[in-house]
Amino acid sequence: MHKLKYGSLTTLKYLTLIIGVFGALAPLVVVLFASFKDTMEYHNTSALTPPMHWLNFDNYVTAFTKGQMLTGFKNTLIIMVVAILGNIFIGTMIAYVLQRFRFRGRGAIMAAFLFAALIPGVTTQVITFQIVHWLGLFNSMGAAIVLYMGTDIIGIYVFIQFMDNISSQLDESAMIDGASYFTIFTKIIFPLLTPAIVTMTIIKGIGIYNDFYIPFLYMPDPSLRTISTSLFAFKGPFGSHWETICAAVMIIIAPTAILFVALQKYIYSGFTQGAVK
Amino acid sequence: MFRLSNLSYRAQRIVIIALFSIIPIMLLVTFSYIPVLGMFKYSFTDWNGLSPTYNWVGFDNFITIFTDEKYYEGFINSIYYFLGSFVQLAIALYFATILSFAVRGRNFFKGVFFFPSMINSVAVGLIFLFFFRPEGTLDTILSFMGITNPPKWLLNPDIINISLVGASVWRYLGFNLILMIGAISSVPSDLYEAAEIDGANRWHQFRYIILPSIRRIVAITVILSISGSVAPFEIPYIMTGGSNGSNTFVIQTVTTTFKYNKYGMGSAMAVVLFLIVILVTLIQKTFIKEEK
Repeated sequence: MHKLKYGSLTTLKYLTLIIGVFGALAPLVVVLFASFKDTMEYHNTSALTPPMHWLNFDNYVTAFTKGQMLTGFKNTLIIMVVAILGNIFIGTMIAYVLQRFRFRGRGAIMAAFLFAALIPGVTTQVITFQIVHWLGLFNSMGAAIVLYMGTDIIGIYVFIQFMDNISSQLDESAMIDGASYFTIFTKIIFPLLTPAIVTMTIIKGIGIYNDFYIPFLYMPDPSLRTISTSLFAFKGPFGSHWETICAAVMIIIAPTAILFVALQKYIYSGFTQGAVK
Repeated sequence: MFRLSNLSYRAQRIVIIALFSIIPIMLLVTFSYIPVLGMFKYSFTDWNGLSPTYNWVGFDNFITIFTDEKYYEGFINSIYYFLGSFVQLAIALYFATILSFAVRGRNFFKGVFFFPSMINSVAVGLIFLFFFRPEGTLDTILSFMGITNPPKWLLNPDIINISLVGASVWRYLGFNLILMIGAISSVPSDLYEAAEIDGANRWHQFRYIILPSIRRIVAITVILSISGSVAPFEIPYIMTGGSNGSNTFVIQTVTTTFKYNKYGMGSAMAVVLFLIVILVTLIQKTFIKEEK
């Protein structure tokens, strides 16, 4: 009796898991199917029918060249590298100052960052838009770079938390050797922060890669399209060519999937660290 | 040549504090505080975003927001997103509980459920445009189950919000799940063993061990879903642009401001949203303090 009850519970458990997996994957798998079908095949087969030729990359070529996705990848990469580098330097620097020194105004700075974290970004775009215009950054990659660089406050907390565990005796022994605070930061603190920096790079990188709002609002020029806005542009001219759109979607997802499989553990911990704060 | 190490540590301290905080503080002020102040100021005007002059209109913009359906429609639609967040929470809780114990292929299931939260927002929008198409994926699946006359998922104003909420649940479920698995794993495992010896079944274990231990994360999720449900933008904007009765408050703010150049009105809408989010966050903070 006992065995039977647990046995059927186990069956139920796996059954629901399989339904869950189907729900999570079906929307993606059908896109993958469609991306390999030619126009005729797409119109004559159902969405759930696998493609006849798994190596038919015609749609991918069309999407990549006609959709100017190379531009999108290039722009996204530039923005990502510059913004993340800036973000890491700025974040570690202010975290160093706030964590290692007690000075007047420290509490005020902390509070300022804390409160800013509460301001929902979407609400202030109306005025941010004016500021970006005024700085002459509208329709340039500078707009996205500067916005991604400055708005992130979670990073500061992650760095401060991590620095709490770096013994200040290290600093003191370096000071006996006559090292300046700047040297202590660059030679001791910054290298030891590597794990936190990796975490922040992953979170920031995924955030920038997936963001639609900022490039859409601040960089309408077609030559400045990021992967998000270049994909969004498929909605118009390719409106009825779903097989091409599906290929474009797969092109955008592929790097994410590779990264996810490779860095799964870091991604889980990074995401939860950022969220619970 | 100037060298920092030639200065006394007292002087160095001042230099390093000033040098290391100036850029972050400048960015913070420019992109967080000036926008907030400006938003409050322009919310009382009829500024069009271009003209150097504008008129003060008092609370007119705010009165319009709560009396003109075009503007408050978004709040009505947030009810769908709010209810959807409970569905999401329930499913996440269920799978988190299952995946916290011995399950074959645990990491595989975790990965499959989480992966959607990593996908580019525009890609998610297009995936679900494809999914909900007439005779598309969903309709084909339903026809296997004998439902041959499905509704028009994205054209029928009575259903469109449910479809869009479905897409959101798909996207954010895995994220919720990972947070909950993290919370459940913090429960010491001998607690379950002790409970089992005392004759507790699976439901008892869930009710009396797991649920209390994740109360905090569940509470945070519920509270955050209030502010989250007034602010959906990306998925509905990418999929429908707010048409067929799927407008959200943020979509309306963006169109009012950037399409119709009503910056004063847009600012007032942003202020309303801002106040809601601040209020919800304050509730959350006090709630969590009490929990501790």
